[in-house]
Amino acid sequence: MSSHELKTGPLEYRTEEGRLSILGFWIFLGAEIVLFATLFATYAVLFGRTADAPSPGELFEAKTVLIMTFMLLTSSFTCGIAIHEMRRGSVKGLRNWMIVTLILGLGFLGFEIYEFVHYSHEGATLQSSAYWSSFFTLAGTHGLHVTLGIGWVILLLIQLTQRGLTPKTSRKFFVIGLYWHFLDVVWIFIFTSVYLIGMVV
Amino acid sequence: MQLDEFFVTGEPLIYAGMVSIALVTISMLFFLTYYKKWGWLWREWLTTVDHKKIGIMYILSALAMLFRGGVDAMMMRTQLAFPNMNFLNAQHYDEIFTTHGTVMIIFMAMPFLIGLMNFVVPLQIGARDVAFPYLNALSFWSFLFGAMLFNISFVIGGSPDAGWTSYTPLAGAAMSPGPGQNFYLLGLQLSGIGTLATGINFMVTILKMRAPKMRMFQMPIFTWSTLITSFIIVFAFPILTVALALMTLDRIFGAQFFTLTGEGMPMMWANLFWMWGHPEVYIVILPAFGIFSEVISAFARKQLFGYKAMVWAIILIAGLSFLVWVHHFFTMGAGAFVNSVFSISTMLIAVPTGVKIFNWLGTLYKSKINNTVAMMWALAFIPSFVIGGVTGVMLGMASADYQFHNTYFLVAHFHYVLIAGTVFACFSGLVFWYPKMFGHKLNERLGKWSFWFFVIGFHVCFFPQYFVGLDGMPRRVFTIIPEWMPLNIISTVGAFGMGVGFAIFVFAILYSYRYSEREKTGDSWDNGRTLEWATPTPVPFYNFATLPHIDSQDAYVKLKQEGKTTFEEDEVEPIHMPSNTGQPFIMMAFMFVSGFGLVFEWMWMAIGGLLAVLVMMIIRSFDYDEGFHVEVDEIKRTERSARRL
Repeated sequence: MSSHELKTGPLEYRTEEGRLSILGFWIFLGAEIVLFATLFATYAVLFGRTADAPSPGELFEAKTVLIMTFMLLTSSFTCGIAIHEMRRGSVKGLRNWMIVTLILGLGFLGFEIYEFVHYSHEGATLQSSAYWSSFFTLAGTHGLHVTLGIGWVILLLIQLTQRGLTPKTSRKFFVIGLYWHFLDVVWIFIFTSVYLIGMVV
Repeated sequence: MQLDEFFVTGEPLIYAGMVSIALVTISMLFFLTYYKKWGWLWREWLTTVDHKKIGIMYILSALAMLFRGGVDAMMMRTQLAFPNMNFLNAQHYDEIFTTHGTVMIIFMAMPFLIGLMNFVVPLQIGARDVAFPYLNALSFWSFLFGAMLFNISFVIGGSPDAGWTSYTPLAGAAMSPGPGQNFYLLGLQLSGIGTLATGINFMVTILKMRAPKMRMFQMPIFTWSTLITSFIIVFAFPILTVALALMTLDRIFGAQFFTLTGEGMPMMWANLFWMWGHPEVYIVILPAFGIFSEVISAFARKQLFGYKAMVWAIILIAGLSFLVWVHHFFTMGAGAFVNSVFSISTMLIAVPTGVKIFNWLGTLYKSKINNTVAMMWALAFIPSFVIGGVTGVMLGMASADYQFHNTYFLVAHFHYVLIAGTVFACFSGLVFWYPKMFGHKLNERLGKWSFWFFVIGFHVCFFPQYFVGLDGMPRRVFTIIPEWMPLNIISTVGAFGMGVGFAIFVFAILYSYRYSEREKTGDSWDNGRTLEWATPTPVPFYNFATLPHIDSQDAYVKLKQEGKTTFEEDEVEPIHMPSNTGQPFIMMAFMFVSGFGLVFEWMWMAIGGLLAVLVMMIIRSFDYDEGFHVEVDEIKRTERSARRL
C-alpha cells in the first residue's frame, strides 16, 4: 500500500487508493451488468405469460414513461456536469449540479411509485402472473438502485460540506457518477425492451 | 409459533447434534473466559483486516465444514450399506444429501480455496495486502455468517430437503412449505455477497498490485488461476444472486417465477441455477489446478513445463465453462439440436484440460522428485482426476447421458473430479503452505498415514459407484435393493476409510502444533520458487520490507541466485498499512439477523436487521480512517528478529 500522492492529474486518481477503488468499481459494474442481464433474460423468457392479469399493452402509458425517461436521462447529463465542475475544482458547482441530479432522480422515483401503484389497482401485481413478477422485479431492482443512489449522494454531499474536495471525496463523487450513468444505461434498455415493446406487442 | 415448531424434534440423531453443539459452545465460552482470551479474540481475529489471518480463518472454517459434510456423507453411506436399513428415514435422508452437497460445495470447497488464495496470492505477487482489506474482512464474515445460517437449519426449523440444486417446483412454496428451503436461499445469498466481493478484490489486487516490473506472464501459476477464477466469480455469481432472489420472492412474497400456477416456469430455475452452477465447479477446480502446478514444480525441482500453455488452458476452460450448462439436464427435453451444441462444447473442455495433464507429466519427466506429503497428494490427483475426466466426457455425450442421468455413475463422476481435484488440492496446498502460515510443518509421517487412508478409501468408495450406477441405481434414493448390496457395502467401507484419513489429518495438526520443529528460515522446503518463500517465517504483518524488482518467472529462484532478499536494509521506507476494524463483523452479524428473520418470515426482524446494516454502511461512509505507517526502525527490528540476523 503506497500513500504517495501525485501532484498532477485528476484529483480522484492521485492516490493509489483512489485508482484501486475506481478500477474495483468498474469491475463491480461488470457484475451489475450480469445481474441486470439475468433479469432481462428472465423477463424475455416470461414475456406474454400474463395468465388472468391484464396484458402490458393495456396498462403501459407512453406519457408517464416518456416523462420518466426524460427525467432520468437529464439527471445523467447534470451528473456529468457535476463531475466536470468537480474537475474544475468548484465545490459549489459540484454541489449544485448534484442537487439538481438528486431532484430529477427523486422525480423519476415518484413517477415509478405512482406507476406501480396504478398497475396494482388495475390488477397487475408481483403475485398476479409470471410476466408481472418479472416486470416488477426488473423495474423494481432498477428503482431500488436509484433509491440507494439517492441516499448515497446525500451522504456524499454532507461529506463534501465537511471536508471539501480531497482525493478521497472526489473519488467518491467520481464513483457515484459512474453508478448514476450506469443506471441510466440500464433504464434505456428497460425503456426500449420493456415499455416500447410491451406497448406494441 | 410454538417452541416445538422452532426446534426440530423427534430425531435422536438431531438431539445428539443439539447436545454436541451446546457442549462445544459452552466449552469454547468457558475457555475464552477462563484464559481471558476475549480481548485477544476481538483484537487479533474478529477485527483483523490482514489477508493472512483472514486466509487462516477461512481455512479453519472450511475444515469445520468438511467435518460437517463428512459426517453427513458417512450417515448416508451407513444407510445405503444394506437393503432396508432403518438408520435414516426418507425425510431425514433427503435433508442430509441436501446439506451434504450444499455444505461441501459452497461452505467447504470454495472457502478452503479462497482461504489459500487469501494467504498466498498477495505474498506471491509481492503485495502488502489485498486491494481492499476492509472488503476482504467483510467477505469472510459474510461467508461465515451465511454458513452458520445454513448450518443451524438442522436443529432450528428443519433442513432444506430438495437437493443442493433445489429444483423447482419441488423447492417452491407449494411443495416445500416451512423454513427449510428459506435457509438454503438466504444462507447462500448471504455468503454469495462475500464471494462476489472476493472476486472483485482479487482481480484488482492481481491486476494492480504486483511487485515492481512483474509482468502478467511472470506471475506464479496459482496467482494466474486465482485471477481467472475471480473473473468467473464476477460474471457467474450475480446469476446466482438473481436466481436465489427470484425464488425468495416466489416463496416468501408470492411471486410466480418458478411456480406451476400463474404461468410460471419451473424449468427456468434449472437453467439459471446451472448458468451459475457450471462456472461454479470451475471456480473450485481452477485454483486446485494452480495449487498442483505450484506443488509439482516445487517438488520436481523444475520450472513448470509449458507455463504459457497452462495459462491459456485456464483461460480457455474459464471461457468454455459458461457455455456448457445445459449438459446438466440433457433429459429435460431441449431437443436434439440444443443438446448437440452443448454436448460438443462440453467435450471441448477436455482439450485444454488434457493439455494441463500433459504439462504436469512433462514437469515430472526426468525430474528428481521429493516425495513429500504435499507432492503425494498432487501425484495421486493426476490419475484419479483423469478417471473422473474421462467419465465426464462419457456423460457429455447427450444420447448416452439418457442412460447415465441421475444414476450413481454421475455421483461417482463428480466425486472423482471434486475430491481428486479440489479436496486433494486443498490438502496438498495446506500441507505445502502450512509452515508459512503457522511456523512449523505438519508431521510427514502422520501426513502419509492420512494420505493413504484417504486416497485408498476414496477409490474404494467411489469406484464401485460407477458400476452400481450402470446397474441402474439412481441417486438420491434412501434405500437399496439386494442386487446393489455388494458394491454398496464396499463403497461404505471406503467412505469410512476417508473418515479415518481426515481424522488422522486433524490429529496431525494437533500433534504438529505440539511437537513439530519450529521453522528457522522462510524457505521451508528448500526449493521454493515463488516470492512467498522469500519472506521470513513468521511473515511480518506488512509482508515485504522492501519489494524486489522482478524480471523472470519463478522470481525467488532468481533472487536466491543473486543473493538478494526482501529486506535490503538501505532501501527500507515507512510502510502504509490499513487499521483493524470491527465494522465488517458487526455489519454481517446484522445481516445474519436479517436473514434469520426472513427465513421464518418475521418481517420486523428482517427489516430491522436490514436497517441496522444500512446504519453500518453509513458509519462506514463517514469513516475517513487513513490507516497508519510502520516506521523504518520498527521494520528493521521486526525483520532482524524474524530473519535471525
